[in-house]
Amino acid sequence: MKNFLLWCCKLAMSLCLMFTVYLNLLLTQTTPIRTSPVCFLFLYSTSTPPDLIQISLKPPPLPFSSLPFPSMEQLKSLGRELAMGSQGGSSKEFLDLVKSIGEARSKSEEDRIILRELETLRRRLSDPDIPRRKMKEYLLRLAYAEMLGHDASFGYIHAVKMAHDDNIMLKRTGYLTVALFLDDGHDLIILIVNTIQKDLRSDNYLVVCAALVAVCKLINEETIPAVLPQVVELLNHPKEAVRKKAVMALHRFHQKSPSSVSHLVSNFRKRLCDNDPGVMGATLCPLFDLISDDASSYKDLVVSLVSILKQVAEKRLPTTYDYHHMPAPFIQIKLLKILALLGSGDKQASNHMYAVLTEIFRKCESSSNIGNAILYECVCCVSSIYPNPKVLDAAIEATSKFLKSESHNLKYMGIDALGRLIRINPDIAEEHQLAVIDCLEDPDDTLKRKTFELLYKMTKSTNVEVIVDRMIDYMINITDNHYKTEIASRCVELAEQFAPSNQWFIQIMNKVFEHAGDLVNPRVAHNLMRLIAEGFGEDDEGADTQLRSSAVASYLRILGEPKLPSLFLQVICWVLGEYGTADGRHSGSYIVGKLCDVAEAHSSDDTVKAYAVSAIMKIFAFELAAGRKVEMLPECQTLIDEVLASHSTDLQQRAYEFQALLALSPQAIENVMPPDASCEDIEIETSLPFLSNYINQAIENGARPYISESERLGTVNTITPASASHYQQDPAHSLRFEAYELPKPRAPPPSIQPSSRSSLPTISSDLVPVSEATYTTREEQHNPKVQTLADQISAEIGVRLKLEGVQKKWGQQTYSSPSAPSTSSSSTQKATNGMVTSDTIRQSSLDSRKQQIPEVSAEKQRLAASLFGKKAAERKTQGSTRRPAKESQHAVATSAPEPPEEKVVVPAVPPPDLLDLNEPSETATPTIDPFKQLEGLLGPAAGSDVASAPSPSVGAVKTPDLMSMFTDTPSIVDSKSSDKGVVSSTIAKKGPNVKEALQKDATARQVGVTPSGNNPNLFKDLLG
Amino acid sequence: MIRFILLQNRQGKTRLAKYYVPLEDSEKHKVEYEVHRLVVNRDPKFTNFVEFRTHKVIYRRYAGLFFSMCVDITDNELAYLECIHLFVEILDHFFSNVCELDLVFNFHKVYLILDEFILAGELQETSKRAIIERMGELENIYFRAMRFAIVIFTPWLKDLAFFSW
Repeated sequence: MKNFLLWCCKLAMSLCLMFTVYLNLLLTQTTPIRTSPVCFLFLYSTSTPPDLIQISLKPPPLPFSSLPFPSMEQLKSLGRELAMGSQGGSSKEFLDLVKSIGEARSKSEEDRIILRELETLRRRLSDPDIPRRKMKEYLLRLAYAEMLGHDASFGYIHAVKMAHDDNIMLKRTGYLTVALFLDDGHDLIILIVNTIQKDLRSDNYLVVCAALVAVCKLINEETIPAVLPQVVELLNHPKEAVRKKAVMALHRFHQKSPSSVSHLVSNFRKRLCDNDPGVMGATLCPLFDLISDDASSYKDLVVSLVSILKQVAEKRLPTTYDYHHMPAPFIQIKLLKILALLGSGDKQASNHMYAVLTEIFRKCESSSNIGNAILYECVCCVSSIYPNPKVLDAAIEATSKFLKSESHNLKYMGIDALGRLIRINPDIAEEHQLAVIDCLEDPDDTLKRKTFELLYKMTKSTNVEVIVDRMIDYMINITDNHYKTEIASRCVELAEQFAPSNQWFIQIMNKVFEHAGDLVNPRVAHNLMRLIAEGFGEDDEGADTQLRSSAVASYLRILGEPKLPSLFLQVICWVLGEYGTADGRHSGSYIVGKLCDVAEAHSSDDTVKAYAVSAIMKIFAFELAAGRKVEMLPECQTLIDEVLASHSTDLQQRAYEFQALLALSPQAIENVMPPDASCEDIEIETSLPFLSNYINQAIENGARPYISESERLGTVNTITPASASHYQQDPAHSLRFEAYELPKPRAPPPSIQPSSRSSLPTISSDLVPVSEATYTTREEQHNPKVQTLADQISAEIGVRLKLEGVQKKWGQQTYSSPSAPSTSSSSTQKATNGMVTSDTIRQSSLDSRKQQIPEVSAEKQRLAASLFGKKAAERKTQGSTRRPAKESQHAVATSAPEPPEEKVVVPAVPPPDLLDLNEPSETATPTIDPFKQLEGLLGPAAGSDVASAPSPSVGAVKTPDLMSMFTDTPSIVDSKSSDKGVVSSTIAKKGPNVKEALQKDATARQVGVTPSGNNPNLFKDLLG
Repeated sequence: MIRFILLQNRQGKTRLAKYYVPLEDSEKHKVEYEVHRLVVNRDPKFTNFVEFRTHKVIYRRYAGLFFSMCVDITDNELAYLECIHLFVEILDHFFSNVCELDLVFNFHKVYLILDEFILAGELQETSKRAIIERMGELENIYFRAMRFAIVIFTPWLKDLAFFSW
C-alpha cells in the first residue's frame, strides 16, 4: 500500500513536470525549432536575446553530449530553471533584472536599468525590518549592480550585518557579498573582524571555511594579529578543506606583511607532508614566496620536494588530481618553480633534481597544452639550476619542439624558453634562427614582443645594428606608451652597450628621441650630450670635431620637423649652443636665429626655453670672445625682453646673466665662458682663500671674526638672531620640526675659535662687514655659476661630470684596449671576415665553407696564440667551464694588461693570414637578399656555425668536455688541456668573440683617422 | 599570482569579475574596458596571451564568453590557460552542460566555486572532484533545509530531488 502511494506520488510529480513542458510548448508555438537544450532554455525565457544563448562550449571536448530530443539532461536543466525562480535565492524580480540587462541594447540602457534598480533597492533597504530571506536577495542584486560597475555603497553595511547572521546560508551570502564589496582598506573592515574571529572558532567547518575565505580578502596588515593565532590553530583542523584555506590565508598574510608569518615556517613544512594532496598543493604557494625571498635557508627541503615531485610524476596521487591524463599538473608546475629557485647556482641541490627532471621530460606528452606547460616549466627549471648536459639536451629538444609547432602559444613559450636557455649556452639559438625570424615577422604583437625580448637578450656587438634598427622600426609603429617606453629604453641600452661607432650611436639616439622623446629617461639625454662633449677622449681631436659638426648638421636638419619632444629639443639646444659655431660652417646669427625659433615655437615649455636662452648666451659669448661681432637679431631681442619679464625666476636669471655678459669685455667673457669647456671640472674652493686678504682687512677695521655654526649655537644670545651671517651659513633654513634643544647642556666653547681665514679675535657687535664679506663671497661664487650655466647639464645633474666609468660604456673603448696590441693581425682578420657583417660571411662561406673550416680554426688558433700567448690560451681553456662566450670575453679582458711584448711577436706569424687575403674578392660581391640580411640578426650564429658545426673534432671534444663540467672534478679537463684538440676546439668556440673584438676595433679605427684596416697593402708594408 | 579574473561576453558585458588586488572602482571599470578591447578582436590563431600594462592577460574564449585572467609577467602562461579550462570544466560539471545563462543567473554560485578553486590569487585546489564535492555539501545544507520546511518525513523526496535538481 505504501509502495503504491509512493508510486502514485512519483507519477503525479512526473505528470506535473510534463505538463509544464507542454504548457511551455503551447505558449511559444511560434518558435520553430525544439531540438536541443539550447531551445529548451530558449523556450523558457522567450525574450532572451541571442547573445545570452551561447550555450555549448565548443573549444574543449567536454564529456556532455547534447541529445537531439528532450532527455534526462534537459529535464534536469529545466528543473534547474524552475528551481531558480522558486528556491535559488532569487525571486522573479531578480530574474527580470538579469533578463532586462541581457536585453539591453546599449550601455546607456543598461545603466538606466541598473540605476532604477539601485533606487528601488535603496528604498527597500531603508525599511527597518526586512525579512532575512528578502535581504539575502537584495544583497545579491546589489552585488550584481556592483559587478556591472555601479556604486552600491549604501548596502555595504547590510552585507556586513548579514555576515553576522546565525543561519549558515545567510552567513555565506553575507561573506560573499562583503568580499565582493569591500577591499582590505575599507572602513567597515573593522566591523567584520569581530564576526570573523567568532566564526573561526565555530564548530561547523562550513562556517570556518566561509570565514577563512573572507580572511583572505579582507584582513589587512593591521588586523592580521587579531586573527593570526586562530588561523594558525586551524592548520591542524581535521577537515582538509579548512587546513587548505588556512594555509592560503597565511600565504596572503605573508604577501601583506612578510614578518607576520616568518615564524611559522615549521608549520608549513608540516603541512607539506599533509595526507591530503590538496593541502600539500596549497602549501606550495606560501613556500614559494618564502623561498623566493631567501632560498638559502630552505635548502633542506630539496630532497623532500624532489621526492614529492617524483611521486606526483609517477601518478601516486589520487586520480581526481589528473587533468587531461597528466598527474596533478598544477602541483608539478608549482614544485618545479620552487626547485628552480632552490637549485639556482647550487650544484649540490641541483644534483638531486636531474633524475626527476629527466623523467618528467621523458613522460610528458607534448600533445596537450598542459603537458607543454609542464615541459616549459621544466625548461625554466633547467635553465635556472646548475646545468647538466643531459638535462640540458632534453630541454633544448623540448624547446625546439615548441618552436617548430604550429600553435602560436607554443611558439611563444618556445621563444621564451630559448631566451632562458641562451643564457647558459648562446649557441643554442643558431639552429632556430629561421623560427625566430618567423616569429619576428608574425602579425601577432605578443609573439613579436616576446621575440624582441629574445633578441635583446642575444644582442652582441656584431648584430646590434640590425637588432636596434628593427626595434626602432617597430617602435615607430606602436601606440601603446607603456611598451614604447620599454622598447625605447632597450634600444638606448643596447646602443650604449654595443655601439659600433659614435656616429651610429648619435643617429640611433636621434631616432629614439624623435619618436619616443617624451618617454625616454632624461638620463639618456644627458648621456648623449656627454658623449658629444667628450667625444673619444684626448687622443682624437679631429674625430671629435667631425662628430660634433655632424651632430650639429643633423640637428639643424631635424629642427625643421614640426613636432619634436621637449627632451630632444633640450639636447638640440645644448649641442647647438655648445658646438653650433665651433666648426665655422654656420654663422653665429644663423644659429641664434634657429634657437630663437625653437624658443618661440615652444613658448609654453620653460625648460626648452631656458636651454635655448643659455645656448644663445653661449653663442654670443664664443663669438665675442673670438673677436667677432654678432648683431642682435630683432627676434632675439624680443625673446630676451620677454624672458626678462618672465614669471619663471630661472628664465629671468638667465636673461639677466645674458645681459650682464654682453656688457663685459671679450677677455672677461672668455674667462667666464671658455669654449668647449663643458667637460672640464669646475673647481670650487670651499675655503675661499682668495678672500682672506679682504677679511683680514675687514677685521682690522673692527669687524667680528666668523664663528662657525656649531660654536654659534652655543653663544646664540651674544649674536643677534637675525644676523646676516647666520642666515647665510645655515644652508637649510627651513622650518624646524624637531624641538629646540635646551641651551643648557651644551657647554659654551671655551674661547671663540678663529676660523681658518680670520686671525684676530676682536669682538665687536658690528656685523656689517661680515655680511659684506659674505656678499662678496656670493659674487665670487656667481662667477663659477655663470660658467656652470655654460654647461647646463652638469649644473643640473650635479656640479661635476662623472668622467670615470664612462668610457667603458662605449663599445669601442672596451674593445680597443685588448685589440690595440694586435693592430697588424687584426687587420688581416678583418680582411677576411671582420669588417664584413655576418650575412656576407654567410654568403661567401656557403660554398667555400668546407675547405675553409680547417683554415679558419687553424688561423684562429694561431691568432689566439699570437694575441694572448701560450699562457693566455691555456688560461682560456681552463676558464672554459660553462659559458664560453663570457669566458672568452673575460680572457680577452685579462690579457689586455700585457700588451707590449706581444706586439713585437705579432708580425712573425704571417702565413695563414696571407692565405686569407684572397678572400675579399669573394666577400666583396654581396648580393642583396633580404632574407639573408635577416639572418644577420643571428650573426654570431652564422659565424660560429662555420667554426663549430661541421668540424668533427670540435663536436667530439665538446661533448666530453661538457659532460665533465658537472662531474665533481672539472680540473681534470684542465690537466688534459695540453691536448691540442681541446685547445683548438675551445678556441674555435670562442672564435666569434675574438672576431667581434677585432671588428670592433676595426670600426673604431675607421671612425677615427687611424690606418685603414681594410687595406691589405698597408699590411704588407708592415710585414716587410 | 592572479590579479583578477574577468568573464565577459563578446559585447563586453561583464558576467563575472573577481579581483585579488585592491583596485578603485573607476580603475576596475577601465581595466574591464581595456581587457575587453584587447581580447575581443584577436585572431583565434594568435597567442592567448596579451601584455597588459605590467602584467599579462591570459584569455580563452568559450562560445560567446571570454575568460580572462591577469597574471604576473613571470607566470607560466600555458598553465594558466589550462587553469581557465579547468575552471570551465568544473562549471560545466556543476551546472551540467553550462551555458552563459547559468552563469548569469547563478553568479553567486560561480563566485562560490571560484572561491573553492582560487584563493588569494593562487590555485587552491586543482582536483575537480574535490571542488564539486565541496559545492555539493553547500548545496546539501540548502536542500536539507528546504526539504525540512516543505514536507516533513517524506522518504521519496530524494527521488523527487532527482527531477527538480
